Amino acid sequence: MRPTAKFVSTTASVIAILGSLALTLPAKSLADEATIKEGKEVAFDRKKGNCLSCHKMAGGSLEGNIGPELVAMQARFPDKSKLRDQIYDPRTSNPATIMPPFGKHEILTATEVDKVVEFIHSL
Amino acid sequence: MKKIAVIMSALCVLLSPAISLATNPEQDLKDFRNEYASRFPDVPFADFINGVYAIDKASREQWESMEEFPPYEIYIDKGEKLFNTPFKNGKSYADCFPKAKQGIKQNYPYFDTTRKEVITLEMAINECRKNNGEEPLKYGTGTITHIEAWLAYKSRGKKINVKIPNADALKWYERGKTHFYTKRGQLNMACADCHIKYSGHLIRADILGPALGHTSHFPTYRSDWTASGDGMGSLHRRYDGCNQQVRAKAFPMQSEEYRSLEYFETYMSNGLVLNGPGSRK
Ligand code: HEC
Ligand code: HEC
Repeated sequence: MRPTAKFVSTTASVIAILGSLALTLPAKSLADEATIKEGKEVAFDRKKGNCLSCHKMAGGSLEGNIGPELVAMQARFPDKSKLRDQIYDPRTSNPATIMPPFGKHEILTATEVDKVVEFIHSL
Repeated sequence: MKKIAVIMSALCVLLSPAISLATNPEQDLKDFRNEYASRFPDVPFADFINGVYAIDKASREQWESMEEFPPYEIYIDKGEKLFNTPFKNGKSYADCFPKAKQGIKQNYPYFDTTRKEVITLEMAINECRKNNGEEPLKYGTGTITHIEAWLAYKSRGKKINVKIPNADALKWYERGKTHFYTKRGQLNMACADCHIKYSGHLIRADILGPALGHTSHFPTYRSDWTASGDGMGSLHRRYDGCNQQVRAKAFPMQSEEYRSLEYFETYMSNGLVLNGPGSRK
């Protein structure tokens, strides 16, 4: 009984490791795409980012025009961490801004902010 | 222009200790008006009582056709009946407000120097009830807004002329002003952000209206308000709604906080005429 059980569990974990390797290793861009997609959902969700209430951006509709259109973001923000700062707490660049401090005021979780950053950076 | 702005703000920094010691509502009022005059040079001052419809042609047309059969009309009639219905003690609102028929809404809000507080019309209605042994009405919606609708209607065309009679009143004004310019809530926004700085911009599909004239047309019928109630709502109901939008702490209707805000906002609208009750999208 014992050896068999051990054998089974070892095989299982080896398979699990192989499986996760297969998912993460060969396709970094695949994972990014999934993150970008999740980031977009958070950004467009009215109860979460609701970024469209102020920004025009690709894929959106009925956008507001309080903030600038979000385009060519990699050129605007070569440094992704600056983009993260802008979304986490835009008061760091403009204390009087109307844009909400999404991370600092816990409107979004840190993980959600990260995902939104990936999405916005892809625009 | 930019240079002037920079010089001006440098001056402000230099002068600000003097300014903050002596608040000057008259100067505030000038600055407030100028803000809109420069943002919307084509909109005549008198038209600011129409909110968003003063600054946007397309929505104004829709609104004007809605106003042909005003959705608040039945509430004016209901309000008039309520106003003239005797209390259990035989008296009625007319005993508290003998001049109602000639229009009294323009006298509110006012600072009562004996009581040392701002009295609003909605509050005065409930005080009239209490003094006559009746239960107070729920603030903000329903019956009380019908009575207000009739009173507002009777005051149409009368000028807003709020006074700040003494230092105590000035404190209430200051409190309202501070509320107006302070960022609040989880979303960290001030009334001034939406209704001055970005007035005329779109937030989603909604145009942000000017705060000049905010108080001229309440109570107001809003289609959004038919979801809970009959569509009618008071000024404080609107304050509550805007504070909810930014996920800020709500204050009770007719609280000192909202009465101060009403005092400040109505003072800022001095010189405009009343045109309530109103209708909004
Ligand atoms: C209430 C309005 C509002 C909302 C909601 C809002 N923003 Fe902004 N945003 C602004 C404004 C206004 C600016 C201009 C900069 C400033 O005010 O300091 C801005 C600037 C930005 C910038 C910098 C753009 C540049 O090119 O410099 C980024 C990036 C950005 N916002 C992303 C977002 C994201 C992502 C969301 C949603 C999670 C969001 N914003 C929600 C108003 C808003
Ligand atoms: C997030 C943006 C936002 C903030 C912040 C905000 N409002 Fe509003 N407010 C709106 C929108 C949108 C409307 C509906 C369109 C309009 O009439 O401007 C509105 C409408 C109003 C109205 C009714 C205008 C009318 O013509 O009937 C009043 C009064 C008002 N707001 C007062 C306030 C006050 C006072 C504050 C601060 C406590 C405030 N608002 C904060 C967005 C905002």
